Amino acid sequence: MDLLGYGAFFLTTALIFSLVTLGLNLQWGLTGLFNVGLAGFVAIGAYTSALLTTPDDAARLGGFGLPILVGWAGATVAGGIAAALTGMATLRLRSDYLAITTFGVAVVVQLVALNAQKLTGGPFGIGFIPRPFGGLAETPLLFNLSNLAVVAAVTLIAYLALEHLARSPWGRVLKALREDERAAISLGKSARFYRVQAFAVGGAIMALAGALQAHFTGFIAPDNYLPILTFQVWVMLIVGGSGSNLGAVIGSILVWGIWAGSGTLTSVLFSPEQQARAASLQIVAIGVMLCVILLIRPKGLFGDRPRRTRFGKRAKAAVGESNSSS
Amino acid sequence: MSLQFIVDGLLTGSMIGLGAIGVTLTYSILRFSNFAHGDFMAWGTYATLTVVSAIGAMFGKIAPIAPLSFGWPLLVALVVGMAFTALLALLLDKVLFSRLRSQGQAIIVVMASFGASMALRSLLEFTFTSRPTYFSRAIQIAMPVGFGIRITPDQIALLLLTAVLVLGVHLLMTRTQTGRSMQALSQNAALARIVGIDVASVVRVTWIIGAALACVAGVMIGILVQIRPFMGFDMLLPMFAAAILGGIGSIPGAVLGGLIIGLAEAGAVQLIGAEWRAAVSFIILMAVLFVRPIGLFGVKER
Repeated sequence: MDLLGYGAFFLTTALIFSLVTLGLNLQWGLTGLFNVGLAGFVAIGAYTSALLTTPDDAARLGGFGLPILVGWAGATVAGGIAAALTGMATLRLRSDYLAITTFGVAVVVQLVALNAQKLTGGPFGIGFIPRPFGGLAETPLLFNLSNLAVVAAVTLIAYLALEHLARSPWGRVLKALREDERAAISLGKSARFYRVQAFAVGGAIMALAGALQAHFTGFIAPDNYLPILTFQVWVMLIVGGSGSNLGAVIGSILVWGIWAGSGTLTSVLFSPEQQARAASLQIVAIGVMLCVILLIRPKGLFGDRPRRTRFGKRAKAAVGESNSSS
Repeated sequence: MSLQFIVDGLLTGSMIGLGAIGVTLTYSILRFSNFAHGDFMAWGTYATLTVVSAIGAMFGKIAPIAPLSFGWPLLVALVVGMAFTALLALLLDKVLFSRLRSQGQAIIVVMASFGASMALRSLLEFTFTSRPTYFSRAIQIAMPVGFGIRITPDQIALLLLTAVLVLGVHLLMTRTQTGRSMQALSQNAALARIVGIDVASVVRVTWIIGAALACVAGVMIGILVQIRPFMGFDMLLPMFAAAILGGIGSIPGAVLGGLIIGLAEAGAVQLIGAEWRAAVSFIILMAVLFVRPIGLFGVKER
């Protein structure tokens, strides 16, 4: 029974990661937009939903005690707006600028979470976030399973919607832009407009995942949204294969399994005072794994890597290739 | 408002500027934004620290050069550390970046640098733990220089060192054949190859300069603030902002951008408090991207 409960708990976390990875896959896999600040968007979702749904707290703004579904909707909208603004600022520029800006977004969100006590509760975070099926908390197994069912349903809906989007005319434009920007533009598609849309939808999905996680654990703090989260999700997408939604889901479960498993292993093998060091070794291993996959199997497990990305032209301008002025 | 923020800002700005030179060079010549650059800083600093302790173990306690807080061991160690950091960068380029570059997907290289950065930083945490350490625990007396400004001998020495290094790199870039080759490659890679520029050696020089300066910047942080595995990663956003503010590819621009951001940060610390310091570079970055994305001295991309 315990094992089943743990399995449900593990899968719930893994599926929440899958949702973030699906958002990233829309941004990077389908559209070729590089987001290294996704932890920031996840945090925006978690905090928005927490603010909207927690009971009133004199120490900070809100909470407004609204229903959980309103919180989730609010989180999705907030994440979408944040991503759209980021996209509008940078998507007319070189691809690297988007990377640097998203990195900055994550830094600033982290700062706000830590320092804007009135809004975010500061380093101590926000507690008492209402949990769906909180009434079932007496029987942990039932509680875990019902959480899993909710998260699985949301992930499935997102998956099906994204699959549909990828095949829709909209998705085809994104793919066309990724494969050959000039051809797509010459057919009258506004590259920037479509990219901002894709980036915003991706950000919205990440924020929704953040909100799900917040309501699943009932407590959030700035430490949940460090760069390591961004890094984990990237590894999940690359392992699963960027471009494939199925790969995003399976990669997430697989990498989360490796992560949780090696975490358990280090806690068994190392004494408590050595565990912080052992945990850093875990990150080294995952970092090396990312680089190795990029080197030897950039497609990942299920990837449909484009022959050329939107940056292919500029990539060729890199050292060792030709650089015709354009 | 006390004018002390000018000294603080110039010092922070020097660290950011020295780091940003490497960022701007990799960006303009190798054409990717290197997220591992901050970790070159941290690795160089820890390498320097290790050599300092090794020298201390061999020769016993060595009196610092009055009135500075450090003696010749640190200077020797700094040179060793710079060489070490350069080797580290060359090694990383050989096993990772150059292979991905030859596959021709610039953004994959950025991602790999992100992964490498995580691995490098965590390796430091594993080896040295995340506890902060210092080159010296001695407290220096700051001398008043008028207008309510105080400065320590260490700070004066490091500002001078920065000025010498920046001048040196600037002369190297503008007056030597190597520097002109680097500029040529950043402006037009195809033409540069046609006139027979040795691309591989230019790439090497780029890494060596960037990494060595990152090491110096890291050691400056180590002397004036503290040494932590995250010290370089925390400098990443200011360094990128400085490189973009100055204009990608411009060395004077990177340094000026660094100084502007350093001064703005120091001013913000006085006005609104230290906890919001990191937001300053983001605001400046966004302002530059909206108003003048090519930066102060940048050239429009062809």
